Amino acid sequence: MDINILTVFILAIFVGNEIISKVPPTLHTPLMSGSNAISGIAIVGAIIATKTGGSIGTWFGLIAVIFATVNVVGGFMVTDRMLKMFKRK
Amino acid sequence: MEYSKLFYVLSAILFILGLKKLSHPKTARNGNMIASIGMLIAISATLIAYNELDFTLIIIGIVVGGLIGGVFATKVEMTQMPQMVAIFNGFGGAASALVAGADFITNMDKLDTGEMINGLDPTFYLVVVILSIFVGTLTFTGSFIAFGKLQGFISGQPIVFPGQQILNALFAISLVSIAVYLSMGGNDLVNFFYAIVILSAVLGITITIPIGGADMPVVISLLNSYSGVAAAATGFVLMNNGLIISGSLVGASGLILTNIMCKGMNRSLANVIFGAVGLIEEGASSGEGQKQMNIKSYSTEEAAMILDAAEKIIVVPGYGLAVAQAQHAVREVADLLESQGKKVLYAIHPVAGRMPGHMNVLLAEANISYDQLKDLDEINPEFEDCDVAIVLGANDVVNPAARHDKSSPIYGMPILDVDKSRTVLINKRTMNPGFAGIQNELFGFDNSIMVFGDAKAMLQQLLKDLKEL
Repeated sequence: MDINILTVFILAIFVGNEIISKVPPTLHTPLMSGSNAISGIAIVGAIIATKTGGSIGTWFGLIAVIFATVNVVGGFMVTDRMLKMFKRK
Repeated sequence: MEYSKLFYVLSAILFILGLKKLSHPKTARNGNMIASIGMLIAISATLIAYNELDFTLIIIGIVVGGLIGGVFATKVEMTQMPQMVAIFNGFGGAASALVAGADFITNMDKLDTGEMINGLDPTFYLVVVILSIFVGTLTFTGSFIAFGKLQGFISGQPIVFPGQQILNALFAISLVSIAVYLSMGGNDLVNFFYAIVILSAVLGITITIPIGGADMPVVISLLNSYSGVAAAATGFVLMNNGLIISGSLVGASGLILTNIMCKGMNRSLANVIFGAVGLIEEGASSGEGQKQMNIKSYSTEEAAMILDAAEKIIVVPGYGLAVAQAQHAVREVADLLESQGKKVLYAIHPVAGRMPGHMNVLLAEANISYDQLKDLDEINPEFEDCDVAIVLGANDVVNPAARHDKSSPIYGMPILDVDKSRTVLINKRTMNPGFAGIQNELFGFDNSIMVFGDAKAMLQQLLKDLKEL
């Protein structure tokens, strides 16, 4: 296996740990919905999966595109809606 | 196809920058925007770089998904945020599992010949496919159970039956056995593939149903983490950097939140998952919990007089506030008190509500300034010179038994020191114990007064009485 990809994986966990621990408790709900939207990155795989054409794989791909888009669109929109409300008097 | 990887790196950078900006409410909205641009780049790069894509299907998928997501995002009430995040975790997990499944079906023939798949050794490929399908499916079914509990479709109480742990262990062992058998080059791939899907789906349900209402923040954080792990595993299946990086970020984020929630309850993750706290304690408390307590029930009029004399007031919101949708009523009362020159702060316990940060979002929705929302460590010293602490629909997070009663299930849990205030004004619907099922000795303290009723109705009446003084 390509060792580079494992390096990327491990470094990403460390970076994630560093930046997420700096998010204040008051923003934990938007953090969850925002990271939810980011996990919708599976949409990239879903788009590629529709390629095979005709087989079950394509249908799996279509359902995956729908689910991942719900995540991406819904996640970013609702996070924005929440963050808009955080104001200081 | 190769250059698309460059764009995935760019979108990963934007995700990281976006999350970094979430470290302050001022920059957070901008950060979310940056992350969404990262996503747009990743999607566009994929659409352009890959040939022979079925654009009709993709457009149908994006339109349908976009509509569902958009409607959800604009219609959902802030009080229902935990349900929404739960269901989205589920969709994310399902999408990852489906992608891994689709890739597996396409490449199945190659497994017999021992060819490399997506540049991976066939054994390693099988392991990551199984992992991705397992975590993704478990996240999907587990999230729907969590959603059902939060929405009230399923009982919020822990659901336990004899032999539950043994059954779960059996499911887990069968899963591992199948995985090992397949990766050693076992036959009948398709049937075992379905067996893995079914076992993972059932396991997702059976490990979520025994977890009770007050433990929901942990479950949701954990499922959030799983949805990231599933995406990262799918990234390994496809050898896609974008998925691996983004998945790891989400996985780490969920795990950090899970850890914070567990600390907030002074319990280990294993204890939350297997403990079924709440059910056991309910039986225990009914026997000995009837210690004589001198409960002083006050009217809103009397409460208004106490508040009128106060200078520093700390509001302690709990899940009851969300249920009663009382966030706007709180703000109206606070506005009036502040206009009289009083100081009002809000004390937010890490596990108040049903998900991390739930109370903060509710209060922000009601236009309460975020610098008045204080977390546990910040607010506890403030109770010393606080005149009135108003506890709204919170119970276990203010129970002093956590400090001294070793037999209490919440012993050792960090609590808000409301009892140090001169007066503690507690609003509850009834005298029923909280989610952990235990009586709260705070209610009988000399400086405690109870005002019964629905939080919203009580606050509205209190507002009227305050104005009439």
